[in-house]
Amino acid sequence: MTEMTGSKAYIKTLEQEGITHIFGITGAALIPICDALLDSKIRYVPGVHEQGSAHMADGYARASGKPGIVQVTSGPGATNIVTGVATAQLDSSPLVAFTGQVPMSMVGTDAFQEVDIIGVTASITKWNHQVRDPARIPWAVKAGLHIANTGRKGAVVIDLPKNITQETAEMDFDVEIDFSGYKPRITPSPSELDWAAKLLAEAEKPVIVAGGGIVSSGAGKELTELAEILMAPTATSLMGKGSIASNHPLSLGLCGMHGREEANYMVPDADVLFVAGSRFSDRTTGSLAGFAPNARVIHMDIDKSEIDKNVDSVTRIWGDAKHSLIGLIDRVKTIKRSQNGDWTKKIQEFKRSYQEPNDNSDITGPAVIRAIRNALPSNAIVTTDVGQHQMLAAIHYDVYEPCTFLTSGGLGTMGWGVPAAIGAKAALPDRKVLSICGDGGFHMTENNLSTAVDDDFPIIVVLLNNRMLGMVAQWQRLFMNGRYAAVQRNYSVDYTELVKDYGAHGVRIESMKQLNTELTRAVGADYTTVIEVPMDPEENVYPMIPPGMGLKDILTED
Amino acid sequence: MSLSVISFLVENKPGVLFNISNNIRRKNFNIHSITAIAGEGEDTTRITITSRGDPKEIDKLVEQMNKMVDIIIVKRLDPLRTIQRDMALVKLHTADPMAQEEALEIINKYKGLILDIKPDTVIAQITGSVNEVNDFTKEVTHIGIIEAARTGITAIEKGWVTLKEP
Repeated sequence: MTEMTGSKAYIKTLEQEGITHIFGITGAALIPICDALLDSKIRYVPGVHEQGSAHMADGYARASGKPGIVQVTSGPGATNIVTGVATAQLDSSPLVAFTGQVPMSMVGTDAFQEVDIIGVTASITKWNHQVRDPARIPWAVKAGLHIANTGRKGAVVIDLPKNITQETAEMDFDVEIDFSGYKPRITPSPSELDWAAKLLAEAEKPVIVAGGGIVSSGAGKELTELAEILMAPTATSLMGKGSIASNHPLSLGLCGMHGREEANYMVPDADVLFVAGSRFSDRTTGSLAGFAPNARVIHMDIDKSEIDKNVDSVTRIWGDAKHSLIGLIDRVKTIKRSQNGDWTKKIQEFKRSYQEPNDNSDITGPAVIRAIRNALPSNAIVTTDVGQHQMLAAIHYDVYEPCTFLTSGGLGTMGWGVPAAIGAKAALPDRKVLSICGDGGFHMTENNLSTAVDDDFPIIVVLLNNRMLGMVAQWQRLFMNGRYAAVQRNYSVDYTELVKDYGAHGVRIESMKQLNTELTRAVGADYTTVIEVPMDPEENVYPMIPPGMGLKDILTED
Repeated sequence: MSLSVISFLVENKPGVLFNISNNIRRKNFNIHSITAIAGEGEDTTRITITSRGDPKEIDKLVEQMNKMVDIIIVKRLDPLRTIQRDMALVKLHTADPMAQEEALEIINKYKGLILDIKPDTVIAQITGSVNEVNDFTKEVTHIGIIEAARTGITAIEKGWVTLKEP
């Protein structure tokens, strides 16, 4: 037990828990905390808007697998992170937000910069808590980190009234974290594994759909091993991208609304469908009737409430992906599947028939994405924003390692790409980090580039500028008789000039050849670059399944 | 649609009930009744909530709430193995002596207690299943109900089954 102020205890607990970066913006309620931070080795990364700071912490968490910390002041500082908190929660990213609060004596009086952030974030957090006793600060910080980063990971908000951070108390830094209502299940039951193994062993046409749970649990290697034992073609959800290397012979790529044809045709043909760490989002399944009509579904998830929520399973595996897969592999490893069986042959035929064209002469979405892949080292991290470019990247960008393709999947937060890339760079400074953005999302948070430059987190941004809110425009072309409403953007901003004022290098390319040159230069450089690529505003992203249709109802051409 | 009974054991601290009702609202269920009281030692609170809905959908809601950190245990009670009780305090207008006599008869029939008698009012305490309390209310309606307050359902499972020991 040591006597100290709440602020010092807060910083000391973060240090003790291995936290190295705090993203945020200060304010009146944070003055004691930021003062204590001066004496710490934790690096403070000042943002330009709290939403961006929250996305930075989220990108940091997704790239590193460690909790990302965002720290903002009370009132507007707190409400500004709401989008960032919801984004992290929907994608099960371990984000811990510390919000300043007015002193306890003023809570509930509508004091200056007071907002009930506990009430506001109740339905978008895994857990939230207001600390009301300085002696409880070590407990609250440890509990927040523990809950965010265990079980199904998620977002946590801890509210720190100013007087609690100023007052002194006897602090217990060895305090135990024990919630009787929170015991995440890690190891699945042996009988669940036995059942699933039996079904998989009997399967003639097994297919795996891997989700974000595989990435989050670091189980990519185990998933690939299981797929190889079973000779099971493996599709991924958007969040599962990276759980199997895109160039693996069994990889089918993305399935769902903008899934690749080989994935969307093979998933419904399965007789046993093993869904691993995916929650059957409507964007992954399309119409549930056409999803896997003849398949016996095995659903593996760490979150029991996801099992049988959208799709009824024949059997479940409730537990952490890595532990579950190791148990499954142990039970099926003696299976000898022929490399030349009917199913295996069909997989190879399918994959051959959907080879990508290699016409990279014109500036098209797929060509730009392939050029980015060619220019980057295999372990580079790519973040995307949200919209057409995101789906282009999801379809065409090859990922070789988990946690190297980061995207806002569940909430679909435009403006996420640039700040998340800065967070990823902070987590892994030796990696190349590139953000693929559209003009709509880039313009929402491009001001974060000043943090990238001023705090030395050099990133590359490839800005696909079609002067449209392109995905909505695509829906209007396809489903609203081409009536454009609220999607055209005739603003006059010149992005290459704008980013120069932030201190970044900006360049607009006019040909694929020039794009390749600029990408090579940017990858070799140690400063922030924005490459603007003018796109055809009429270009649609294919394949696409119209909303409400089944996986096989694929649109492929204009 | 039938009433489902959901029982909770939760941490006794501010905001837990808010989080529960917020979750129920989000899934578009309406709370029909709610009873809550802190347990011995006051570390935990036992809550009983009833709501109408497809039991299968209620089960999904229960799974969602089971994830909440401050909820220790939550389950939908099996209606066949559950005892439910509701209590009503009913104030009747009994200025007419005939009405008073009839009121006392009905209260007796439902094994109710008479808590207060004034020249023109009677307050009855009726305990029983929801249906029994509803039936009582219907029978005394013509006498004249001035005001009624009900506790809502509380429930417990039969035999050795408990919330803690399923």
